[in-house]
Amino acid sequence: MKKRPILAIAAAALAFTLALTACGNGNNKPNEKADSGNKEKASNTQTAEPPKLDPNAKVTIEYWQYEFPAKVELINELITQFQQEHPNITVKQTNFPYDQYNQKVATLVPAGKGPDVINLYYGWLPKYVASGYLQPLPEADFPAAEIEANFFPFVETAKLNGGYYALPTGVRTLGLFYNKDLFVKAGLDPNKPPATWEELVTYTKKLTELDDKGQFVVEGFGWEPGSQLHHWFRDGLLYQAGAQDTSEDRKKLLWNETPAGLEAFKYLIDFAKEHKVGINGFYTDDANAFKTGHAAINVDGSYRLSSIKKDVPDLNYGIAPLPSYKNKSTQASFWANAIPSNVKGDKLAAAVEFLKFLTSKGVQEQWVEKIGELPAQKEVALQDKYINDEKLGPFIAQLPDGRAHFFIDETQERTLFVEAVDQVLLKDVPIEKAFEDLITKTQKLYDDYWAKK
Amino acid sequence: MERVIDSTPVESGGRTEPTPKGSRQRQRRLPLIGGVRLGLRGKRYLFIYGCLLLPLLFFAAVRLLPILYSFNVSFREWAILSPDKPFVGFANFASLFQDEVFLGSLRNTAVYVIVGVPGQIVAGLAVALLLQRITVLRTFFRTVYFIPYITSVVAVSWVFRWILMKNGVANGILLELGLDPQPFLYSPSQSIFWIIAAMIWQSIGFQMLVFLAGLENIPRLYYDAASIDGAGSWSRFRHVTIPLLNPVILFSVVIASIGFLQSFTQVLNMTGGGPLNSTNSIVLYIYNTAFKSFEMGRASAATVILFVIILAFTVLQLKVLDRKVEY
Repeated sequence: MKKRPILAIAAAALAFTLALTACGNGNNKPNEKADSGNKEKASNTQTAEPPKLDPNAKVTIEYWQYEFPAKVELINELITQFQQEHPNITVKQTNFPYDQYNQKVATLVPAGKGPDVINLYYGWLPKYVASGYLQPLPEADFPAAEIEANFFPFVETAKLNGGYYALPTGVRTLGLFYNKDLFVKAGLDPNKPPATWEELVTYTKKLTELDDKGQFVVEGFGWEPGSQLHHWFRDGLLYQAGAQDTSEDRKKLLWNETPAGLEAFKYLIDFAKEHKVGINGFYTDDANAFKTGHAAINVDGSYRLSSIKKDVPDLNYGIAPLPSYKNKSTQASFWANAIPSNVKGDKLAAAVEFLKFLTSKGVQEQWVEKIGELPAQKEVALQDKYINDEKLGPFIAQLPDGRAHFFIDETQERTLFVEAVDQVLLKDVPIEKAFEDLITKTQKLYDDYWAKK
Repeated sequence: MERVIDSTPVESGGRTEPTPKGSRQRQRRLPLIGGVRLGLRGKRYLFIYGCLLLPLLFFAAVRLLPILYSFNVSFREWAILSPDKPFVGFANFASLFQDEVFLGSLRNTAVYVIVGVPGQIVAGLAVALLLQRITVLRTFFRTVYFIPYITSVVAVSWVFRWILMKNGVANGILLELGLDPQPFLYSPSQSIFWIIAAMIWQSIGFQMLVFLAGLENIPRLYYDAASIDGAGSWSRFRHVTIPLLNPVILFSVVIASIGFLQSFTQVLNMTGGGPLNSTNSIVLYIYNTAFKSFEMGRASAATVILFVIILAFTVLQLKVLDRKVEY
């Protein structure tokens, strides 16, 4: 009598547990069909004729991007503009949270239900192309020579197997955010941000404010390894110190090829370890600490402009290019629009039209004004009205020095970096050893990836 | 169900009993396949079975099949985007047991269970015992203690994160008291215990409710008898309350163990598994492998391992803890 209900409850609980732990995998089932489907698609995309849209046909195409309110809003506006110019094309926008993006593509595209134009992070492109999910952009509509003449050089990361698979509307670079009020308070000239590695250290020391118990009141530097520091290291500091990220074929990490790599790594860690001008977890993270006036200087992306404008419109801050050392360099990144391999016929023609529209000069101008992402085309970006803009100017000035590093696995590479930093800070592991371990572990990710190719 | 049907008047002359096999009425009543018309009773049957079947189908399609399917996935190299999913045998399992991060997450999960389950049971039981003794404001306290349980886990996790951050309230209090500030969630040796504390705090209400119900079911008679025999309050607790509460404790332990074996939301929101993987749990490892690295094969293999652990654990608990109670 006593035993049964308990057993029953336990069994029910167990079943429920199983259901919970396994439910994540339910999404994969349709993938099975991918095998045959993709091979078929891969073969008939290589010879794609320039698509012609039947002027009488009514076409509906679907556009996918991740959920970012400002972008969703602007795309809706742009769709209205586009549909006025192309009355026979209807564009439907669908949004997914960033985390679900890849799952949705992997399940819906093979089932023939995916988008006709899709917005992807540049770091994902190699995986997407290798898996056969994308078709190269038709050469007749998007000639490679023209792209290379018009777009900034790092857009070439979207060129795979000799062809372009995606094009961005807007791009982002890392820059230096600095709080002008805190500069004045520390006796620094708010119109003279630090321009070199050395100056950055001196400035952040002066800007750091501790209370009588030695706790941070203001960090001189918003130091958060889990945010942008990893990118700053790979595309900024490494090159500035005279090192390189990877070999040309992207197979080998070159961080320790010269002493410059270690110098860059040490420079970054020393803000927390030696100079003690910033620490992780202060006001939860660097962006929040900066917004609330508790971090005086922060390395962050141009995408932060719009959220600062929205959250703390009165923050008195300035933007400067990243401080340089032996060279100038910054991280560039972008979301790009691509066409899945199963889009054909009228839909392909309409998708091409929409993609042309999205990368056009007019749209790029609206994009920078509403979203704050920088125009991907030189001609648009390098207009006086943007170069001379107090906030956008420094980001744009850095575009020619922008680098977009290759990813195998964004999360894992970032996690390894954060761990290496934690080893030094929390376990007193020598910087040299943490650095070597980091390279070994990251290189293993690369080796595993290329071994499967 | 039988009774319901029996007492229902049927269209054929008001007969209330289903006739035995072979009769004409039976043919008219049964829902027949192939276009034969259904009687009222047939329709009723169809409706009842339909109601029962639909959720079952849904459960099978949405829960059962994916569970079985994940066993299949665990034996394949299944990168979410790649078109080929080759069969690789036990390679995923082998690589998991060579992965320091996975092994670490197994160890951490053991800590979650070993520290968390007793903590949660003791705290829940303590609150229940205290509440049982008061009559004034009892409902009020019960409600207050139960509120955390129905509060969003994500919100609670972030509140804890803010309290425990470097310049947070907790450190403010320590400094006021003249004590050294603590790294809390930023220390590889401390952080897991703070997460467990948050988990216990949030589930006290649930355990309390279960124990209160259990305590109500213990007849006063036994306590009175024990008192007459000269048993003190500890004796009464030890020899009356605990044995009679055993089934409830078993239930609580099983539920709490499963909860701690599945530690995820608090970990993800409070530390993300860090620092240095010191708080990483199996479920968080599964989540990261599946939805950040998109290696479904390895993630499913980890799911299967977790399944085996939970199964073994539950069976063991039923065997060890579920002893017959003599009244």
